[in-house]
Amino acid sequence: MAFTTYFIYKAILVLAVFAITLLVATYSTYAERKIAAFLQDRVGPDRAGPFGILQPLADAVKMFMKEEMIPSVSNKWLFILGPSLAMLTACLTGVVIPWGKSLFIDGQEFSLQITDLNIGVLYLFSVVSMGVYGIMIGGWASNNKYSLLGGIRASSQMISYEVAMGLSIIALVMTTGTLSMKEIAAQQHGWHWNVLVQPLGCLIFIICAFAETNRAPFDLPECETELVGGYHTEYSSMKLGFFLFAEYINMFISSAVISTFYFGGYNMPFIGRWVHDPNMLAILGVVFLFVKISFFIFFFMWVRWTLPRFRYDQLMNLGWKILIPLSILNIVITGAVSMRVEILEFFTK
Amino acid sequence: MQSLTNRSKVVSKKEMTLVERMYLPAIFSGMLITLSHFFKRKPTIKYPEQKREFSGVYRGQHVLKRDEKGAERCTACGLCAVACPAEAITMTAAERKPGEENLYREEKYAAKYEINMLRCIFCGDCEEACPKEAIFLTDRQVNVYGQRKSFVYGKDILVEPKDNPIDLSKRQSAAVKEFKTHQEFGHNQTYDKNRKVKVGGHH
Repeated sequence: MAFTTYFIYKAILVLAVFAITLLVATYSTYAERKIAAFLQDRVGPDRAGPFGILQPLADAVKMFMKEEMIPSVSNKWLFILGPSLAMLTACLTGVVIPWGKSLFIDGQEFSLQITDLNIGVLYLFSVVSMGVYGIMIGGWASNNKYSLLGGIRASSQMISYEVAMGLSIIALVMTTGTLSMKEIAAQQHGWHWNVLVQPLGCLIFIICAFAETNRAPFDLPECETELVGGYHTEYSSMKLGFFLFAEYINMFISSAVISTFYFGGYNMPFIGRWVHDPNMLAILGVVFLFVKISFFIFFFMWVRWTLPRFRYDQLMNLGWKILIPLSILNIVITGAVSMRVEILEFFTK
Repeated sequence: MQSLTNRSKVVSKKEMTLVERMYLPAIFSGMLITLSHFFKRKPTIKYPEQKREFSGVYRGQHVLKRDEKGAERCTACGLCAVACPAEAITMTAAERKPGEENLYREEKYAAKYEINMLRCIFCGDCEEACPKEAIFLTDRQVNVYGQRKSFVYGKDILVEPKDNPIDLSKRQSAAVKEFKTHQEFGHNQTYDKNRKVKVGGHH
């Protein structure tokens, strides 16, 4: 592939992924309000445009028009760095997700993944754990007790749940045998979804994903009843918008990761029987992935508006005393099943 | 001691079973409950487009009525202002000049009549106090404005338009009109039937 073609194709892909991420995050705010309303027998925002479809625009305008407040006692640079980091790390994770199979134009292959790192899973984890810095720095720089408590809670919560999340992924890596996201997605063609192989791991991963994105029932860092607004108490205007927006981007990316890891990614069973054109299949794959992502975003919101928030000690209990032992057990079972022939031989001899 | 009501419940402190301690079945059933609400019909009334149906005796924005010939009924006696618990009503009386008989029914009329809709509590005491059947509360709602002074309604808003009389048939039903003719009730003795002023109320 010529360098210019390559450059233009990558630029278009990066911009498209970035734009779609922002668009989905924007409309997640609308979806959240609508779903919350519907689950509570209300109708939700319906004034801006038909069915309130322009509500995110109105919200964005409101966010930009608000007065920008930086507390005089805060550390100004860190105060600005906090939301920027949160947003940056949230946007970085979309790079390794395979959005679909490759397109073939003029005999050239155009992969729908920005970059296929051979350690994509590790990259994903390192970037996600960077995400805690935005919240921590924001909470620390505000120089406010509530913010600081929110920041501390966020960091300890994310660190605790990262352990269980990583352990549940180890079991997945044991069965797939690869750290490349593209490979993991490609292995799940037909009905070979990883959730059928790793149901316990999938459950642990989803629970940890809720905790990592600070979504209810694990939204302790910003829990309104105790901490005013948690780490973003002192934030206003678009800096607050960045924090909230980063949460929705994280939710989108988490949904994409859950779909890719456990629910077949862009694969859909039986579709190969009716569609044979590879380009058509690739485009349909993107559609299927987004259907799955939409379901998981709905699932995130559905859980948020059903379950009450955890108490802090319950959160830590669940993380350290239940999820981590369970994920270790999962690893042991996975190992035992994959070595079953050798183990049987050992005992029958 | 025996309890007087059956409301108290004995709390069981039994150990939770393994299934209960997993919480997942409970979470699942809870999520099914919320999902069932997702598809329920919403009771919301989308206000400016849809309006709740009011009963005939709803007490909304006031109207100053005209008589059959189109003359204003109000005689500025001030009883409504006295009756008003919120002190929302003020008025200035004036004497009718010769030649204004088609404008004002009585020899005295309200040159200015103002109701502060921010003070008004829509109790309907003015309607009750009025001996001339001049002021009524209607099933219309008071508008929303950006400034406080806009809520002081003068005669320009309150007096019903000549060509478009406000229908009060629901609150002034035939039964009510018939009831008002009963002279044995003290409060009906001031009722102005056939323009003949009844005298001799007890109070």
